[in-house]
This record gives sequence, structure tokens and C-alpha cells, in this order.
Amino acid sequence: MRIIADTGRCIGAGMCVLALGEVFDQSEDDGTVVLLDAEPPASMAGAVRRAVQLCPSGALSIAETSGGDQDAAGGVKGNGD
Amino acid sequence: MTEATTHPVTLPLTRVHPFDPPEDLALWREEDPIRPLAYPDGHQGWLVTGYAAARAILADPRFSTRIDLLHTPIAQRDAQFRSTVRRPGFFLRMDPPDHTRYRRLLTGQFTVRRMKQLEPRIEEITRDHLDAMERAGGPIDLVRAFALPIPSLVICELLGVPYDDREKFQRDSSVLLSLDSTLEQVEAAMQDLLDYLGDLVRHKRAEPEDDLVSGLAADTDLTDEELTGITTLLLIAGHETTANMLGLGTYALLRNPAQLAAVRDDPEVVEHAVEELLRYLTVVHIGPVRAALEDVEIDGRLIRAGETVTISVAAANRDPERFSEPDQLDVARPASGHLTFGHGIHQCLGQQLARTEMRIAYPALLRRFPGLRLAVPAEEVPMRTDMVVYGVHRLPVTW
Repeated sequence: MRIIADTGRCIGAGMCVLALGEVFDQSEDDGTVVLLDAEPPASMAGAVRRAVQLCPSGALSIAETSGGDQDAAGGVKGNGD
Repeated sequence: MTEATTHPVTLPLTRVHPFDPPEDLALWREEDPIRPLAYPDGHQGWLVTGYAAARAILADPRFSTRIDLLHTPIAQRDAQFRSTVRRPGFFLRMDPPDHTRYRRLLTGQFTVRRMKQLEPRIEEITRDHLDAMERAGGPIDLVRAFALPIPSLVICELLGVPYDDREKFQRDSSVLLSLDSTLEQVEAAMQDLLDYLGDLVRHKRAEPEDDLVSGLAADTDLTDEELTGITTLLLIAGHETTANMLGLGTYALLRNPAQLAAVRDDPEVVEHAVEELLRYLTVVHIGPVRAALEDVEIDGRLIRAGETVTISVAAANRDPERFSEPDQLDVARPASGHLTFGHGIHQCLGQQLARTEMRIAYPALLRRFPGLRLAVPAEEVPMRTDMVVYGVHRLPVTW
């Protein structure tokens, strides 16, 4: 899976960081989301989905990458690592 | 449509049980989670009690938070509503792009990491207040000795507001948040607070210190008026909300000894317990309130442009479709996803500060006083049904 973060929509609530600090962080300047790992391993998929679901502003979305290098929803490429 | 079963109702505030929302809300949530609501000024709007609809509306940019577009669901709240019309800096009541501009200036100060850095100081403040309680001995009012002063001192230090002036701003804040205040009282309290914080802002500009207001004065192009508005908003929001969670939360734990023991004895449970107490108690017991900017259809209901929607997050947080056994306090459950801090772009700016304060204060209190108990019969604890933020007016305890 690949996480897509829209910092323009982000309101810096910090819900993603609270839910999954290994993957999400916040900018020191304006508190908006910083992805520490935009393509987290499949073992984290459930936790990533829960964190994305908690986002209050709809700034986070997931492009699924099934198996290898197939195109996912939204045409985003990822290696599915 | 199911018009026959959904005649307009008025928003109830009276509770049968101090921790449960007014009973009618649960009934209505089951019947029709989006139902017509009669507003005191004659407006016909809506009341949302279902979790899914509440969350959807709070996140929907077609709903505005602008005070001049809203009808208040509670007649007594009219004074508060009217007193905050278009004040510079009160971004809680603004839509984008104005809201975005103000909020962006502040979000960097309330990140998870920043709040983590405050932990040692919050622990120290908590310890000081527990020491003072121990010296004074019980019975004591936990609200005055613990629940109010801790978040009040924390937000003062963060903003750079002298805590010695607390009597003034705590009094003004309580007038502003009382449903019994007249418009004149609200206007006077607001003006008093704005005058006081206006002076503070000018002082911080002249002689900056290491605090949030000085930082905003130095690093942004905010006018004195805007900065005063922001400071007022943050000062009020920063202590009334957490204070009531600490008071009401402790009361709820005292009434549920097994849950209390878990929070006291198991550090692993504290994080979940804070979320669960936020969900179960939902101190934001009126609203939030939004106005439709255009016609919006949600779950087969057509909300027309201009209609006001009151979203009962208290009822939504008890929706069995989202939380199993929602009327049970279960501090071990994962309760995240509750709507107590709101949802959408206005979700509470200070929520990570509130979490940090609660995660420190509840277990510290319960560990210091393992024999903590009510010093009056439970039915004598005065509940804040008459305030914008729910909670206990006083909590007499001993140990």
C-alpha cells in the first residue's frame, strides 16, 4: 500500500501520529502531516487503515498496490513492499 | 419519507442519570438519527444523533460554523451565540479560508511531539497540587483543588498569561459558559477578558518572552485585535474543557470502582481509559451546531440551504452501531474514533494537550490517594446541566 498525504487539507490534529507514530509525524512549522514511511509493509496495513480513518480532515488516503507493481486506484504506483 | 413519526422536537438537557445523555436522545437515535428539531426562535432545523451522520456532517464543507448563519438550539445560549459574532481571531466560528489562515499559525504549537515535551512540567504541576491536597487534608473540593487549577496553570504557562490573574479570567470564562448568563453579562465578561488580554498582547509585543503569545506576536502578521481574539479563545478552551473532564471523569471512576482500580493500577490501560472517558462522558453536551450552505441530502433526508443542524456528539458517542455496549464505561476498550473533540477541520486544536493532561492527572490522583471517595452522598454532587461544558460544579472528596 501507498499512503497519500494532502498537506493542503491537513489541519494538524495529530490523530495519525497518535495512532501510528512509526509511519506519521508532524511538521515542526505548521503541524501538518509528514510521512515517515509512505509505503509501509503489508504487516502494518490494518494499523495504517485505522490511522487514515481517524484523520478528521480527509487529508490521508491509501492507494492499494496488490502484490507486485500493478497500478492501483488513482493510478499510483507502488512496490507493495 | 417517514414524516409521520418525526414531528419536530426540542433539544433536551435534563438527565436522569448524571453520566448518560438525556434519555430522549437514545430513543430518537433509534427512530431517526437525523430528525426535525424545533429551534427556540421558530426556525425548523435538524437534530443528528447517529454516529455515521454526525461524522459525515462534521467533515462536510457544505456545512458552515459561522455564527451569523446559525440558530441556537437552546434559548439560554442565545447570549453566547450573539456575543461572538465576527470577532477577529475567533477562528472557531469561521469557515475556510479565514479559518485555515488562523489555525495554520497555531497547529505547530500543539503537535503530539510538542505536547510530549510538556509532560515533565505537567507532571510537576500535578504533583504540586497533590502535595497541597495532602497538606490541606480532606474533605476537599476536587474541582478547586485539582481539576480546574492544573489545566488552568498549564494553558497559562503555554500562552504566557500570568496565573496570578486567574480569579479574573476564571470568573469571566465561567460567565461566558453559563447558560444562565444574560446577554449583558456575557458582553461584559467578554469585554473584560478582551481588555485584559489586549493589554497582555501589547505587553508581549513590547517585551517578548518564551511563550506562545510572544511567538505569534513576533513571527506572524496578526494584528493586536486578532491575536487578542486567538488568546481569548485558547485561554477559555484550554482550561474549561479538560477541567471538566478531570472532575467528571474522577466522579465517574469513583462510581465504578473496578474501572477506577484499572486506571490506578495498570499503566497500560490509561491511554484507552482517557479515550473511553472522553467518549462515555462527552462534556460537549450541546451541539456542535452547523448551517447548510447548500441543499445536502444525507441518509435520505434533504437538509436545505440555510437550515441549522445540531449534532449531538453525546448521543453519537453512544451509538450502538459504532460502539458495542455503548452505555457501559469500559476503560479497557479502544474508544478512539469518538467525536468528543469533533471531526472535520474544526476538530479540537488542543486535543493532544488535553490527552496529555488527563493521562498524567487521573492515575497520579488515584495513586496518591488510593482511598479516594466521595465526601457527600452521590445525589448531592451538583451537575453542570446549566453550563455549555458539562461536568460537576463541585466534587467533595476525602481519602
